[in-house]
Amino acid sequence: MKDPISAAQPGPEAVYGAHLREGRFMLQRSRNTGRYVFYPRVMIPSTGETDLEWVEATRFGVIYAITVNRRRSGSYNVALVELDEGPRMMSRIEGTESAPIGTRVKARIIEENGEPIVVFDPVEGGN
Amino acid sequence: MAHPVRGRTAVVGIGNAGAGEAPGRSAIELLAEASLAAIEDAGMTLPDIDAIFAATSSHAFPTLSVGEYLGIKPRFFDGTNVGGSSFEMHLLQAALALDAGLCDAALICYGSNQRTAGGRMVSMSEPQWHETPYKPRHPISAYALAASRHMHQYGTTREMLADVAVAARAWANLNPDAFAHGPLTRDEVLAAHMVSDPLTTLDCCLVTDGGGACVMVRADRARDLRQKPVYLLGAAGAQWHRSIVQMPDLTVTAASESGPRAFNMAGVGHSDVDLLMLYDAFTINTLLFLEDLGFCPKGEAGRFVADGAIAPGGRLAVNTNGGGLSCVHPGMNGMFLIIEAVTQLRGTAGARQQPNCNVALCHGNGLTLSSQVTALLGSAATL
Repeated sequence: MKDPISAAQPGPEAVYGAHLREGRFMLQRSRNTGRYVFYPRVMIPSTGETDLEWVEATRFGVIYAITVNRRRSGSYNVALVELDEGPRMMSRIEGTESAPIGTRVKARIIEENGEPIVVFDPVEGGN
Repeated sequence: MAHPVRGRTAVVGIGNAGAGEAPGRSAIELLAEASLAAIEDAGMTLPDIDAIFAATSSHAFPTLSVGEYLGIKPRFFDGTNVGGSSFEMHLLQAALALDAGLCDAALICYGSNQRTAGGRMVSMSEPQWHETPYKPRHPISAYALAASRHMHQYGTTREMLADVAVAARAWANLNPDAFAHGPLTRDEVLAAHMVSDPLTTLDCCLVTDGGGACVMVRADRARDLRQKPVYLLGAAGAQWHRSIVQMPDLTVTAASESGPRAFNMAGVGHSDVDLLMLYDAFTINTLLFLEDLGFCPKGEAGRFVADGAIAPGGRLAVNTNGGGLSCVHPGMNGMFLIIEAVTQLRGTAGARQQPNCNVALCHGNGLTLSSQVTALLGSAATL
């Protein structure tokens, strides 16, 4: 039986992080079916495609749900963003305390605590 | 034809320990004291127990810890941990093991000292790497996100959420064992400290200590024991995600799958249900579960509860002990849903007793709306 990881290459989580560190927000997509997945995995969940390739995200999405955490040390929002490619990710909307659900947003990579992370800005006049 | 599991087993003992505040007691001590109380309630003794079902927030290998502490070498054990709904799942696992003759007396148990040990949710839960950088507060941020979506899609308001907390407190005021007592108004809920929009501190469950346990045996033996047996009519679990990010639709929980399967096994309908015990970790939970379990249309639960429908004297009895919001919530509340349901089905709930209470639905929820387990319990009249 062939060992699928005998080539000893890093897994999808590590590859995603490596791309981010080089300034690229990449998503996995099945070559055959075109389905996307996030967070990165070794297959498309439920359907099981393993013919995954890394493609650059369009970076556009909309706010699916949002909350503001109120703490003595300061408030910040936590949002679920639905990417134009389909999958959702947890993130933060920058430059505003909160924003309405449905707001169009665009991704940007910032460094926080020494790690690159994806955050989103509201898109001016975007719908 | 009745489902082969329906009515084959029964809860014959229930026990509480230190519900509220139990300073100086450890989680396993509370668990053991509740277990002894449940065994005593059943008119049994510790050596009678030959199966352990347990989950806690502080024991990685709960059946091992419980077995050692109590000195039981169980013939069967199951430590399924799907969060707060674990105990409803244990009802089903215990019923299957009992009915198959793999064991004769099952103990389902839980204990936590989270209030006096620090006042915070204790958790062994591993962080989700794709969430961690955004610092969600677990578990409230996930429920706040779900609430935001429900408000957006269905026009649910903070006032409607507050009405859930007000109803729970009104029930708690009828329960001398509830932790939170005293009047509570919608305005007080709205004016409380905002934790994670739109949820205030009064939209959140209590943080208490407490142990809880129950004992199950086969129905034929149950009839010879001390208490009125409470039969397991049906139960089913469903799980659709781990992280809230992966929940397909934040307004539809897996209760919409577990509920119909449990009702089907139980062979009862919604109009047969006399009591709903819904895991109310946050006010939004009660709304979601009323909808997903089919007690009102999707999106309508906010309006459903707005006229006192689930408060004492309303048209649907929900969380008659005061729920996690006002009675008890030691981290994982599923066990306490069962204890209140059994108390009502026995007819021993005092001032809050529901008349002619024969069918109770317990709905457990785990983690961030992640696991949903529905169990239907019934009195002898339902067999």
